[in-house]
Amino acid sequence: MRHLLSIADFSKAEAISILDTANELARVSDGAVKKLPTLRGRTIVNLFAEDSTRTRISFEAAAKRLSADVINFSAKGSSVSKGESLKDTAMTLQAMGADAVVIRHFASGAAQRLADSQWMSGSVVNAGDGTHEHPSQALLDAFTIRKHLGLGKSDLEGLSVAIVGDVLHSRVARSNILLLSKLGAKVVLVAPPTLLPVGVESWPVSISYDLDSVIPFVDVVMMLRVQQERMTEMYFPNAREYSRYFGLNSDRMKSMKPGAIVMHPGPMNRGLEISAEVADSSRSVITEQVTNGVSVRMAILYVLLTGGALEAGGN
Amino acid sequence: MSAIDLVIKGAQLPDGSTADICIDGEYIVDVSSTYKGQAHTSIDGKGCVILPGLVDLHTHLREPGREDAETVLTGSRAGAKGGFTALSAMANTSPVADTAGVVEQVYRLGQEAGLLDVFPIGAVTQGLKGVTLSEIGAMADSVARVRVFSDDGNCVSDPLVMRRALEYIKKFGGVIAQHAQDPRMTVGSQMNEGEISARLGLKGWPAVAEEAIIARDVLLADHVQSRLHICHLTTAGGVEIIRWAKARGINVTAEVTPHHLLLTDDLASSYDPVYKVNPPLRTESDVHALRQALADGTIDIVATDHAPHPLEAKECEWQEAAFGMVGLETALSIVQMTMVDSGLMSWQQVADRMSHTPALIGGYENQGQRIAKGSYANLVVINPTKLWRVDRDLLLSNSSNTPYHGRELPGFVEHTIFRGKPTLLSGVISGEGGK
Amino acid sequence: MSVALSAPDIKRALTRISHEILEKNQGASSIVLLGIPTRGAHLAQRIASIISEIEGVEISCGTLDITLFRDDLRLRAPKAIMPTTIPPSGVENCDVILVDDVLFSGRTIRSALDALGEIGRPRTVQLAALVDRGHRELPIKADFVGKNLPTSKSQSVRVLLSEIDGRDEVSIEGEAG
Ligand SMILES: [Zn+2]
Repeated sequence: MRHLLSIADFSKAEAISILDTANELARVSDGAVKKLPTLRGRTIVNLFAEDSTRTRISFEAAAKRLSADVINFSAKGSSVSKGESLKDTAMTLQAMGADAVVIRHFASGAAQRLADSQWMSGSVVNAGDGTHEHPSQALLDAFTIRKHLGLGKSDLEGLSVAIVGDVLHSRVARSNILLLSKLGAKVVLVAPPTLLPVGVESWPVSISYDLDSVIPFVDVVMMLRVQQERMTEMYFPNAREYSRYFGLNSDRMKSMKPGAIVMHPGPMNRGLEISAEVADSSRSVITEQVTNGVSVRMAILYVLLTGGALEAGGN
Repeated sequence: MSAIDLVIKGAQLPDGSTADICIDGEYIVDVSSTYKGQAHTSIDGKGCVILPGLVDLHTHLREPGREDAETVLTGSRAGAKGGFTALSAMANTSPVADTAGVVEQVYRLGQEAGLLDVFPIGAVTQGLKGVTLSEIGAMADSVARVRVFSDDGNCVSDPLVMRRALEYIKKFGGVIAQHAQDPRMTVGSQMNEGEISARLGLKGWPAVAEEAIIARDVLLADHVQSRLHICHLTTAGGVEIIRWAKARGINVTAEVTPHHLLLTDDLASSYDPVYKVNPPLRTESDVHALRQALADGTIDIVATDHAPHPLEAKECEWQEAAFGMVGLETALSIVQMTMVDSGLMSWQQVADRMSHTPALIGGYENQGQRIAKGSYANLVVINPTKLWRVDRDLLLSNSSNTPYHGRELPGFVEHTIFRGKPTLLSGVISGEGGK
Repeated sequence: MSVALSAPDIKRALTRISHEILEKNQGASSIVLLGIPTRGAHLAQRIASIISEIEGVEISCGTLDITLFRDDLRLRAPKAIMPTTIPPSGVENCDVILVDDVLFSGRTIRSALDALGEIGRPRTVQLAALVDRGHRELPIKADFVGKNLPTSKSQSVRVLLSEIDGRDEVSIEGEAG
């Protein structure tokens, strides 16, 4: 594996091996070892053409724990926001000798463009491209679900996950749908019809417009962030109505299965898609998602930046 | 008997027969089974098909304003290379071709290039803004004799403006060529809305945004009894509306581009903006419907929508890239591949869809004539069995945004004759303009 | 292919190593055995149980994965990371015995020393290997060796253990060069 662009690019076994690797890395970092020499001498560039402090910090922490050199190339103050082309930016990164570029970009497909072009030779990690995918988020979500509900199994067979909210514009949803179903989970999308894409019928999911009818039957409720601009684009009448039908509040949480968990990729709009009580409840694994993000991103960098394909098992 | 200027020997005519075409001055002076006389130039047409020179009703020549993408001269060269003897220069230049001054300038540049006829298309509304009619009458009466009006690139979306335009052009028998795209339904749209756009996270461009405008406009054309042309039809639903309108006797014609006859929306999966085009590539079943409709005459013509762009407009993220593909140099090959080699159409029908009918729609009297004694000698000789590989760096267009780079295509354009003079000989540009 | 150690040979070698470990460390009180996965981990377990039997006490035994500390990661396909399990009492001021199946270039042991350094500061670090096949590339030497096996570089040494492979055997493959 040379790039991480889309969940569609890898097999179930590869996905599991990344999760297993993340698991071992988490154990190592939980212990006394704070820093591993694994990627010493390698340069990783965080190219953020769109603001996302949390994802950038997570990748940065992952890279540093593996002893890589990290260069942050963020939108503010960089040429990306001033209309320098992706090509020119890529050629600059190439000249800097980047072994990997972690790219967050407002345009769908930007990571793939970078990987497919001849502009640079390093590995490309998609840290969120437009409304397309956010594969590292899906991996950390799957990791978190497996840890809580996996019963020691390597996959998510038998679990059901509701993804609730703005699926149409969500890269988190796209990556999670691909990954969770690949790992054997049943995925149900819950959203107003306006926020589901035309063509959703071809996805490996079931669809519901009614959150209350879904909540009692799923093991995971994954809430998606509602972007402020959707309010003005007539996807739903107003925030209050959205919240009433698609928000997760403590009343709805009461009807969840015992042991079922609440997830959110962050940043949250408390009071809109999720109430403060739910976000801070014992069912919520939202802060743990952040913690797991570092281990999963370490695993991604490890797999991409060491040699060729991942070998299974021993030596 | 004195020697004639040019004879093309042994080529197959659109009707399947074989003849020698004798040309003197600007005219075909004879079509005989075997010409025994003298000629200054003799072209061996054995194994080739000869068609009347191709007429494109939809070309973006970019001059004035974006000469880095294309000029009237480079576009003329690309046209001659592709077998065209007439192009129709779309109005979305800078400044917009919405006055007699601009259309006359483009017309004059075409004449100076001298490789083919360049017929300017006038803008329907000032600045293509869709609000106020441009000086349609003045453009019609200018040296350029504009008959086709279009805001192409933009849709004339206001129904009242469209109605007025359709009515106004009846004065001189003009036609409104509509770029059918409801603007509200396509804000920020990037590709056909469906399974692929859902997966790729690219903003969808629904078929209905095109079909709703077509439906409205055929009804308007019917109501005011005027003439409507639909640019670059792309959907099966659009085909159904045109079929219905024609059955009702509504005066509507429609075009399809070569790329919509071949390419589909799944190509966007590469996120390579070379496949980004307006209107977008649609699905396999749309392509099938378009081919059937072109064969049965529901769609009247093929037009290239040749849309050159500089390199940097395509070497970027998909959503940042410009819409459009160059098409003049590959049009005939794609039509042969999709329509002739597939058995859907004869060469006679190709002549009809790519020469006679577009000339008729545009009112281009010296173009699209039958290959017969007394006709203008505008001709193209194509070798249908010769394969050639598209190389974007070898295109004669100023731009290289072809979706066919590296593809091997059938049908090599050997010779193009414009007003009796070769503008392309054995695949190489000749004549004054080619200097 | 020739068999270098049979199952009884392996058993005898491990028993001898266990005795040598006890002798050198004057008993088992401060010993922590750390096996290097995969086969070294099983060998460490076996030695631990032999020592327990001799001494009648539980022996601290764990695993130490060195994958993330290798110096050739840029060149080789990434390996799945194996568990590192340090006994709860840790390694501080202990006598750590690293256990591996085959001692070859010494690079694995160098990586293990780096990995161990991140975990704590043992009083001593010693090395036990079932087989020493020579060809060292670093100044590293085993304290306890089951058998010295002179080999050529082109040959490979195959260690089978019943826990993984169903039987115990060490063999040499390839022609002696
Ligand atoms: Zn158009």
